[in-house]
Amino acid sequence: MIEPLSLQPLPEAAEALRADVRRFLDEALAGMSADRRARSWLGFDAGFSRALGARGWIGLALPREYGGGGQEAFARFVLVEELLACGAPVSAHWIAERQSAPMILRYGTEAQKRFFVPAVCRGELFFAIGMSEPQAGSDLASVRTRATPTATGWRLKGQKIWTTNADHSHYMIGLVRTSGAPEDRQRGLSQLLIDLKTPGITIRPIEDLTGDRHFGEVFFDDVELPRDALVGSEGSGWEQVTAELAFERSGPERIYSSMVLLDTWLEFLRASKSADAAALALAGRIVAHKATLRSMSVAVTAKVGAGASPMTEASLVKDLGTELEQLTPIAIADAIATAQATLTGKASGSAGGAEKEVPAELLRALAYITQFAPTFSLRGGTREVLRGLIARGLGLR
Amino acid sequence: MSDHELAEPFERLLADACTPATIRAIERGADPAPLWSRLEASGFVDSLVPEAAGGAGLRLADAFPLVVVVGRHALPLPLAQTMLVRALLAREGLTAPSGSITIAAQTRVASDGAIVCAATPCGLVADWVVVALADGWRVLPVAYAERTPSGVHASLRADLRWHALPADAIVGSAPLESAEAGAAITAALLAGAMARVLEISVAFANDRVQFGKSIGKFQAIQHQLAVMAEHVAAARMAAEIGCAGVGPLPMPLRAALAKARTSEAAALVAPMAHAVHGAIGITAELDLQLYTRRLHEGRADYGAETHWNRVVGRALIDSGASALDFMRSDLIPSNDELRP
Repeated sequence: MIEPLSLQPLPEAAEALRADVRRFLDEALAGMSADRRARSWLGFDAGFSRALGARGWIGLALPREYGGGGQEAFARFVLVEELLACGAPVSAHWIAERQSAPMILRYGTEAQKRFFVPAVCRGELFFAIGMSEPQAGSDLASVRTRATPTATGWRLKGQKIWTTNADHSHYMIGLVRTSGAPEDRQRGLSQLLIDLKTPGITIRPIEDLTGDRHFGEVFFDDVELPRDALVGSEGSGWEQVTAELAFERSGPERIYSSMVLLDTWLEFLRASKSADAAALALAGRIVAHKATLRSMSVAVTAKVGAGASPMTEASLVKDLGTELEQLTPIAIADAIATAQATLTGKASGSAGGAEKEVPAELLRALAYITQFAPTFSLRGGTREVLRGLIARGLGLR
Repeated sequence: MSDHELAEPFERLLADACTPATIRAIERGADPAPLWSRLEASGFVDSLVPEAAGGAGLRLADAFPLVVVVGRHALPLPLAQTMLVRALLAREGLTAPSGSITIAAQTRVASDGAIVCAATPCGLVADWVVVALADGWRVLPVAYAERTPSGVHASLRADLRWHALPADAIVGSAPLESAEAGAAITAALLAGAMARVLEISVAFANDRVQFGKSIGKFQAIQHQLAVMAEHVAAARMAAEIGCAGVGPLPMPLRAALAKARTSEAAALVAPMAHAVHGAIGITAELDLQLYTRRLHEGRADYGAETHWNRVVGRALIDSGASALDFMRSDLIPSNDELRP
């Protein structure tokens, strides 16, 4: 059985950060449209990331020795909550800070830590994650990209796909086969730090249905890598990647992807005074769910802070969070369409001429989240993978 | 005192005093007085009463694990409600009567002066009912009420009617948000009952063999139970938020959140448990029904999810705040409130 998650306080020291972050964001995001802010952790802005880094807000929970802030996990929770709720364009440094730097600190050599982590914390070094391949999605252990040992290091051949920010990143941490055959599955996999400027690498962005080109394909055609491209130990890539996915699942980003859309809709309801009983019930339902999930996410963070590895609990929060975040655009679309029909009907007969049209900016933010929402239950583990993990936690497998 | 230290002796008491056989007997009309006497003698009824008045002086937040245990055991008496009302009485310096006290869900004063409490939870077994009236609250003796069972098999709900205010009614003067009080308590009861339903369902899935293996090995069943576990976990957290605060009474908006979220979960968890069990699940003989019937009743008591979602939504719109600021200032308990 699963131990219940219970209410945990956010330490005062972490809360103390909030006002500063909000002041900074009010200025930095002034004038940015809702549909741009709705992209948030898919919004790439290298200048914004450098500005955050200059304030010490990248790697807040990483050790000071390597350029981090040396604060506890909750400080990062507050920072990330504010960044995502406001829709800050955090994509450039996001993966490097959340996954790559902690991974290098955990498994890397001293030289690797000194070379990579301080630059990540300054917001100057961006990472991509090379996991998925055309034939390896949820079945990640079937990767075929292979690094063969050479006299000077590794020769890399193969292909990665769905790589977020592939064409904007400086490095990729790739999961590749360094020994054995595809039938060996988890055995013989390793993680390599790949400088994406190395000759033999071709990056081809993929346009998504929203018109963005946030992800892409990366081809490796006999790419020569130095020996110290290996991070961690040869053959331990699977264990390292599994630990990395735990960082990816447990954060507040699983409940704030649709926050800009929600707030933009609430502003419309207030301005147009069009909140009918159904809209009130929907707005209430979304925040009641979200406040509950936020408390659950804090409880998971507390467990991580106490040294536990709450895989089942993190999976519960992510799957529930995803469900709410996917329901949000679908339900708000219905509410907005209802308001449009109702307001138009009233306008013909009403005096006063108050502007009650649904703002185009709200409609664009809605369209973006609606179209992009299917990825919420893909990235960081599909719904099916998460439910399998929960079933294991329940003692069913 | 940790939650565990507080809840464990209580858990033992209910495991012994409130067996499924006892629940079934009371639902068939057996006298609940012997069970109530034992609960009253245990002292837990005065958990929320200030220490100066002879109670344990707990906040509702501290007593939350106890209310969850009441739900886990499908107690057929309003013990958790009694705890809250006895604190209310003590706060006004009034002596609590002996006997169990439920909270009215739908109160109306008829044109002839009659007081009508429709669909009162535990109305068939309670000794007293607290009702909120325009000029304060009253604790009314059920013995003097016309008591009409709901007519639903095994249900303890009843309509109660007093032709006039009874002479021995206890009169309180402070305003009481009785629907919110009932909602917060019921949310915690639902969270407890849902946790039990999940345990029963997981155990059944591991035991029941079809196609040569336990049905819990099938991915389709695993995923249903995983979704149940998600809603059970969320319901527990929402119910804890509903009881969080510094006093013996809930904060109204948090009670609204708690009842909305737990009611929604109850309406999902009960059918999923039955889907996992198959036909045996709907038999009177299997204990599952003791809990799933309560999930559906409790979901509706004091208002179901849409009513309370609207209450939260109205407050959100009127606040003018961003969703995050509203959640942090009006719904999620502050650090000060979370300190023991």
